[in-house]
Amino acid sequence: MGTTLDIKIKRANKEMLSGVVVISGKDSVQHQGLSLTVEGTVNLQLSAKSVGVFEAFYNSVKPIQVINSTIEMVKPGKFPGGKTEIPFEFPLHVKSNKVLYETYHGVFVNIQYTLRCDMRRSLLAKDLTKTCEFIVHSTPQKGKWTPSPVDFTITPDTLQNVKERALLPKFLIRGHLNSTNCVITQPLTGELVVESSEAAIKSIELQLVRVETCGCAEGYARDATEIQNIQIADGDVCRGLSIPIYMVFPRLFTCPTLETTNFKVEFEVNIVVLLHPDHLITENFPLKLCRM
Amino acid sequence: MAAFPWHSRNRNYKAEFASCRLEAVPLEFGDYHPLKPITVTESKTKKVSRKGSTSSTSSSSSSSVVDPLSSVLDGTDPLSMFAASADPATLAAAMDSSRKKRDRDDNSIVGSDFEPWASKRGEILARYTTTEKLSINLFMGSEKGKAGTATSAMSEKVRTRLEELDDFEEGSQKELLNLTQQDYVNRIEELNQSLKDAWASDQKVKALKIVIQCSKLLSDTSVIQFYPSKFVLITDILDTFGKLVYERIFSMCVDNRSVLPDHFSPENVNDTAKETCLNWFFKIASIRELIPRFYVEASILKCNKFLSKTGISECLPRLTCMVRGIGDPLVSVYARAYLCRVGMEVAPHLKESLNKNFFDFLLTFKQIHGDTVQNQLVLQGVELPSYLPLYSPAMDWVFQCVSYHAPEALLTEMMERCKKLGNNALLLNSVMSAFRAEFIATRSMDFIGMIKECDESGFPKHLLFRSLGLNLALADPPESDRLQILNEAWKVITKLKNPQDYINCAEVWVEYTCRHFTKREVNTVLADVIKHMTPDRAFEDSYPQLQSIIKKVIAHFHDFSVLFSVEKFLPFLDMFQKESVRVEVCKCIMEVFIKHQQEPTKDPVILNALLHVCKTMHDSVNALTLEDEKRMLAYLINGFIKMVSFGRDFEQQLSFYVEARSMFCNLEPVLVQLIHSVNRLAMETRKVMKGNHSRKTAAFVRACVAYCFITIPSLVGIFTRLNLYLHSGQVALANQCLSQADAFFKAAISLVPEVPKMINIDGKMRPSESFLLEFLCNFFSTLLIVPDHPEHGVLFLVRELLNVVQDYTWEENSDEKIRIYTCVLHLLSAMSQETYLYHVDKVDSNDSLYGGDSKFLAENNKLCETVMAQILEHLKTLAKDEALKRQSSLGLSFFNSILAHGDLRNNRLNQLSVNLWHLAQRHGCVDTRTMVR
Repeated sequence: MGTTLDIKIKRANKEMLSGVVVISGKDSVQHQGLSLTVEGTVNLQLSAKSVGVFEAFYNSVKPIQVINSTIEMVKPGKFPGGKTEIPFEFPLHVKSNKVLYETYHGVFVNIQYTLRCDMRRSLLAKDLTKTCEFIVHSTPQKGKWTPSPVDFTITPDTLQNVKERALLPKFLIRGHLNSTNCVITQPLTGELVVESSEAAIKSIELQLVRVETCGCAEGYARDATEIQNIQIADGDVCRGLSIPIYMVFPRLFTCPTLETTNFKVEFEVNIVVLLHPDHLITENFPLKLCRM
Repeated sequence: MAAFPWHSRNRNYKAEFASCRLEAVPLEFGDYHPLKPITVTESKTKKVSRKGSTSSTSSSSSSSVVDPLSSVLDGTDPLSMFAASADPATLAAAMDSSRKKRDRDDNSIVGSDFEPWASKRGEILARYTTTEKLSINLFMGSEKGKAGTATSAMSEKVRTRLEELDDFEEGSQKELLNLTQQDYVNRIEELNQSLKDAWASDQKVKALKIVIQCSKLLSDTSVIQFYPSKFVLITDILDTFGKLVYERIFSMCVDNRSVLPDHFSPENVNDTAKETCLNWFFKIASIRELIPRFYVEASILKCNKFLSKTGISECLPRLTCMVRGIGDPLVSVYARAYLCRVGMEVAPHLKESLNKNFFDFLLTFKQIHGDTVQNQLVLQGVELPSYLPLYSPAMDWVFQCVSYHAPEALLTEMMERCKKLGNNALLLNSVMSAFRAEFIATRSMDFIGMIKECDESGFPKHLLFRSLGLNLALADPPESDRLQILNEAWKVITKLKNPQDYINCAEVWVEYTCRHFTKREVNTVLADVIKHMTPDRAFEDSYPQLQSIIKKVIAHFHDFSVLFSVEKFLPFLDMFQKESVRVEVCKCIMEVFIKHQQEPTKDPVILNALLHVCKTMHDSVNALTLEDEKRMLAYLINGFIKMVSFGRDFEQQLSFYVEARSMFCNLEPVLVQLIHSVNRLAMETRKVMKGNHSRKTAAFVRACVAYCFITIPSLVGIFTRLNLYLHSGQVALANQCLSQADAFFKAAISLVPEVPKMINIDGKMRPSESFLLEFLCNFFSTLLIVPDHPEHGVLFLVRELLNVVQDYTWEENSDEKIRIYTCVLHLLSAMSQETYLYHVDKVDSNDSLYGGDSKFLAENNKLCETVMAQILEHLKTLAKDEALKRQSSLGLSFFNSILAHGDLRNNRLNQLSVNLWHLAQRHGCVDTRTMVR
């Protein structure tokens, strides 16, 4: 069994990454130096829907590097046998005019940060490398968070995109969202009242939609994906009784709203009302997510 | 060895008695007495030990002796400690034990007067059943892919992720159709088991999926009659799940060094545990459908304790609001019930959300009569009166939680709110079953008014009256209203057409009637019940209720003369036509009679009725009746017989016994009791006549004796017969019925050869010899005073008995025969005295008959010689084998007998006794202590 290299990241915060590098092996090992490299990239991919299959395949936008820096940890020398732990603290210095975005794995946009540890060795032995991803949470935004409540009313008249308005059953749904400015760790809240409805209600759902926009040479591509669907009412609910709107943002699929020159990640919530026998009513609200 | 002549010692019994009597020593109270128990009270030992802690030497000044045993045990002995720890919860199945324990811990906050869910559970399962086919619809995967909204363009990546999450079995939709109710229950139980298995094998995602699928079943209201039971079954699974999650997270907080205390605060919880807990909540928050999300989150409500102190108090109101989104009123009320249940368990102090649940429910109450529900009912072919009671369990529970220890004002407010809603019978019913009985009872008239106003078509009224009746059985309404309440209620009850509905109501109201009214009202009520239950033999279907009516009546009427003067009581009893039920009822009546009847009675009404009752019990005995059952019946009948007394009218008493004998001939213990009673009667007569029977009483006593004489042979137990013969013979003797006494004794003697070697005692075969020995000794001592019959020879009975003893096949290697002979020797020596040791009043025994006639004495001595020869013979046979020990002990006892009864001035007897002494000592087998005299 040869020598193994491992990285244990303790935490990444305040623009400082700390952890330990662990070298373990039976025998002592000769090396030409140990270095750490941090790399951060934004990968953009175009959706087949917006630009066509081939373009999507070939025209992947070039990745944007956000950060790339290396430090030398240990000068050439020798590690003794057994287990050696070397703690490190790595300052995260962003490239000029770049921002340290939050880690994000979307469909068309990926922001990923990796830490690599390299052990260079003499010609006879192979170099050892270990790579691991670390998560960057953007620092809480400064400034005060102000709620932006929204009231809404849905009636047949407020609807767009209706073919035959006369065929629609009459209904009146009122409600409000406590804020469309949301803190990502806090749930989306609000209330909804079915004041009246001729047709029986089947279900009322909250649909969380993510909109990714990539800019590229041909213009830009915009794609929406549903990332969560939460039912808040099931069956013909009581009229005039307020139903809570409550949705926790899923941790893996959301990030603070991002707007850069090259790409955007935005979120929207749809309130979807299903009526008997087969009517679907959607009301859309753009959200602004932030981390406080 | 030649026969030794017997010379009995002349004795002066009086002098002997005087010299032998213990000297009475006046005892001062408080003196030390060896038998006085050592009383060590616990407080005293504690005091002593406390003293010991202050001063090292515990010089207890208290005069009482400290019991070393109790001081060692220090108050709590290991047994009671064990008993304290081994309470039912720990003995119960291991799977439940921890939960129950926790429940109990929590209940300690709630208090024991709160009726726990567990007690409701079984009731609901039993009540809400169906014969229709059920189906379980389980999507064990890809349900998220099926998400209803057509617009949602789920990206490939998300889908694969979700499928990873759904990676469980084949991931296909499983629908099980056409299940019977039992299949359904089994299936749910299987799911419960697979949940535990999945959890145990670390498949947390699978476990969560099972729980989600199960709770999804609760949104399905097809076969609506079964819904309450389904709720019970599925919430069991949820409870299991909640427990598993809680325990898992709890175990994560336990590191090697310290265990988390029961009442921990979130600060003590480590980060990993918190993170895991958060993960659960995040996972649950992303469940698409409302009902599973609600139930699963409610089931792990307790886990909020790990995250923050206020977690639960924030979560409960939110969940309460969430229920508003459930459209189906039945589903939603059960969801509320579950929330209340979890809430009461986890945080009983949070009354607010309970109340909110209640008021929210009232707001949605009108939905029950909405179109959606009505359409559904039509579709399923369910009538409103059978639909509405489906709400009761959940509503009762919610109401109970809310009203538990609630202030009066809140209850009043709740009442008012309920009143305002239209068609509130359902609400009324739940109010009545959940609120404090006192609260209801004081407002009974209001309630009756409200019940009357209710819409007939909805909730069945008889259920309302039943609920009201149950309250009134527990708490008393104001004095002034009582009669009016009964009148009003009964007016409605009596109009009920369906006998089942009627009897369910009546059963409850009988209690109220019995509590507050006299026999007149009770009679009316009973008459009404009879009137309703007789047509079409409706009573056949409602024996349990009728039985409970009887129990209630007899529980309140302890005076049986009053009870039987209730005219309709006996006709009521006639309704029990199935024998087993009838006997049960009779037993109840007799038990109450025995318990409460203080004085003997001769009331003809009671006697007649109870004889009838007893006869019914007796007639139920057949070849298949169990021994225990017979014993029980006999005990009850005996209790009755003992309570019958006609005072000085002995003849009537005897004729009662005659009648009783003819009635209860199948129960041996009753016959025995009767014989004893008759014997007692004879002795009573003697007492009244002060021993001098007149002609009339003599005839009566002879009748009594004759009664015994003809009754005894019908008994089976041989020793019972023997003892009764002896006993009755003694009674006959005491009443100067000499020839009758002779007959008894002869009968007894002729019975002795029939005694089997083994008899059955309490189901075990035991040798009968010791019993026989005991009986014979007793018999012989009676024979001392029996005068010889003029036509038979001297000591006729003794001889007879001796012959029987001689011929009886004794156990081999047993000395019982010799022991009897020794006794006979005692008897004979007593007989040769000038005046006997005891006499029966007014009966001349042999001493006065023969007056110490020498011929008699000679006969007597000859008999002695024969007996002694037998004894010596036996002693000789013993010398041969390995029975020396027996020989010496027998020899010693014979020696003692001679010493006590023989006249040692006679040389040969003297010689014999010396020989015996040597014999006894020769082999050194006898304990020297007994030899030292």
